[in-house]
Amino acid sequence: MIRYLAGRLVTMAFTLIVISVLVFVIIQLPPGDYLTSYIAEIRAQGIDVTVDKIAFLREQYGLDKPLWEQYLVWVTGLLHGDLGYSFEYNQPVADVVGERMPMTLLLNAATVLFIYLVSFPIGIYSATHQYSWGDHGLSFIGFLGLATPNFLLALILLYLANVWFGTSIGGLMDPEYIDAPWSLDKAASVASHLWVPVLVIGTAGTAGMIRRLRANLLDELNRQYVVTARAKGLSERRLLFKYPLRMALNPFIADLGNLLPQIVSGSVIISAVMSLPTTGPMLLASLRSQDMYLAGSFLMFLAVLTVVGMFVSDVLLALLDPRIRLGARA
Amino acid sequence: MSLTRSFPPEHFVSTDPFDPDATVAAGSIVSERYAKASQAKLIWWRFLRHKVAVVSLVFLALAYLSILFVEFLAPYAQSTRNTDFIFAPPQQVHFVHDGAFVAPFVYPLDYQLDLDTLQRTYSEDTSRPLPLRFFCSGDAYAFWGLVEAETHLVCPPEGGTLFLLGSDRLGRDMLSRILYGARISLTIGLVGVTLSFILGITIGGLAGYFGGWVDSVVQRVTEILRSIPELPLWLALSAALPVTWSPLLVYFGITLILALLDWPGLARAVRSKLFALREEDFVTAAEMLGASPRRIIARHLLPNFMSHLIASASLSIPTMILAETALSFLGLGLRPPITSWGVLLSEAQNIEAVALYPWLLLPMVPVVLTVLAFSFVGDGLRDAIDPYQH
Repeated sequence: MIRYLAGRLVTMAFTLIVISVLVFVIIQLPPGDYLTSYIAEIRAQGIDVTVDKIAFLREQYGLDKPLWEQYLVWVTGLLHGDLGYSFEYNQPVADVVGERMPMTLLLNAATVLFIYLVSFPIGIYSATHQYSWGDHGLSFIGFLGLATPNFLLALILLYLANVWFGTSIGGLMDPEYIDAPWSLDKAASVASHLWVPVLVIGTAGTAGMIRRLRANLLDELNRQYVVTARAKGLSERRLLFKYPLRMALNPFIADLGNLLPQIVSGSVIISAVMSLPTTGPMLLASLRSQDMYLAGSFLMFLAVLTVVGMFVSDVLLALLDPRIRLGARA
Repeated sequence: MSLTRSFPPEHFVSTDPFDPDATVAAGSIVSERYAKASQAKLIWWRFLRHKVAVVSLVFLALAYLSILFVEFLAPYAQSTRNTDFIFAPPQQVHFVHDGAFVAPFVYPLDYQLDLDTLQRTYSEDTSRPLPLRFFCSGDAYAFWGLVEAETHLVCPPEGGTLFLLGSDRLGRDMLSRILYGARISLTIGLVGVTLSFILGITIGGLAGYFGGWVDSVVQRVTEILRSIPELPLWLALSAALPVTWSPLLVYFGITLILALLDWPGLARAVRSKLFALREEDFVTAAEMLGASPRRIIARHLLPNFMSHLIASASLSIPTMILAETALSFLGLGLRPPITSWGVLLSEAQNIEAVALYPWLLLPMVPVVLTVLAFSFVGDGLRDAIDPYQH
């Protein structure tokens, strides 16, 4: 097991190095850099920028150095915990991201909880009542949930809320609380706004999870050990919970790997549509304006979380499922 | 005696009088068809039992057929602007005027400008029915960009308009735009899947057949690609497409991005299948008989898992269609003048537009229908292919 873990750790380090190069290259791909667009913007306002000034700015931002040197500066910074400096916000990247982090975590933790709480009982019901009306109905809703792009769902909900209640349900709280210190009222306002994005972001995940849980559980329920147990007169409840359910839980654990980055990145698109104060819209804007350290460091941060998350879920799976553990050893 | 297509064949008892001299029993014709059917035929019969999948397949076939004749089907040309009728609501087709049946017709639209909000309120002038024209000449177009023509299936009536699904901020007909958008949206998934298929089979095939260091390199690469968070990577890559590219280049850029992120899964599936099959006795037998690697891969291995690959490809087309829609919606994917469903939906981006002009959301209907249809067909195929299911 220790050998397995050590091997995995080495692979992880290697993976992260490659990803960092990839991320840096992708971010550098568009022609020009942040300064080009920044200077164009200043010029458009009628302020003349001298060649000296441009050269000074370029040097200050380190944009005059060759690419590989910029990359090394960035990566060394990352290793020291320095995420770089956001050109657009004129703040360290860590501050820009940190500002939006609590809300992002709250929103996505709520979504994950929603997905698990809803998909678990429905998945079990669908599998144990296969081909019943309830199963067909729930499956159909699940298919719809998978087929509807969730940003459209957001728009429809916003529209319906506008028509029925005449209120705007965008954002995460009522406007008057945005800069206010935390209070009970503010928390209540957040709670009343939170359900819409949670519902919207959670739909597709819930639908997928239900389908997987149902399929897995059905596979298990047709096994002979279940038939044997039933023949021996075990109660249906015990029959279900003792082994088949434990086997069918694998997707929930395997999903943990994707969960961590999801919790942080949030759903970018929904947040942009509903103008939520999360990290999603920030990432979008930084990619558009070529704010390279903000975009790069944040992407890298997500990649680290994904890789760590996959590692954690692999270890968990190995711990929980002897078949995987023994298979890995052999 | 009926030759039913049911599968497996129903229990059959012939009602014909017993003829002791007959050499073949009547019922055996049915079971013989079953016994002699090829693998593809068996899969097809099993697929036909999945009613929803069959309906979906027909729907998709019609949809793809329609993109061949978009110019003819659409009432207006792709970018005809009716500047007098911006944000016109959907018009209804009527059949009965003053209690009498008339040919299908629409009422002409009138509008008043609300001087406070500068909003147009449209009303129907119910005194003048304007019959629709069929197989008529309307907006000129170049069929497939080649042949100049102006024949449409249905045209707006003389002096009137025909906005069955409303019009947008430039007075362009939504129905026509959706039909034209299908051309891009429906093909982008196919092209993307084809690209990812080629990449996945080649790379996964090499890894699975040769093993060794080729395999470990491929394994590492796919692992790395899969451990980059998907959505941010899409966004970053599409943001990296130069703004100066022509629409056609952007289209291929987007399909390439979609394919680049899709192939690792496929390559892994191919690889593990090959690994399992390589050990089978029939491969050893072929090797003993002196078959070349090429022949073994093409004749013995590929047919064994091709069907699985097709099923999984048909399941990844909807993901691609949704991805294109989302990217274009955010303004990172396709851009006007290309018309795709995602581009159309990007007009409905803010809640004001949606609240005032809900028909701008209509392009989502074909998106949802297509994605649903592909999912059902994929499911049906997967069930039909699995020989151990029944």
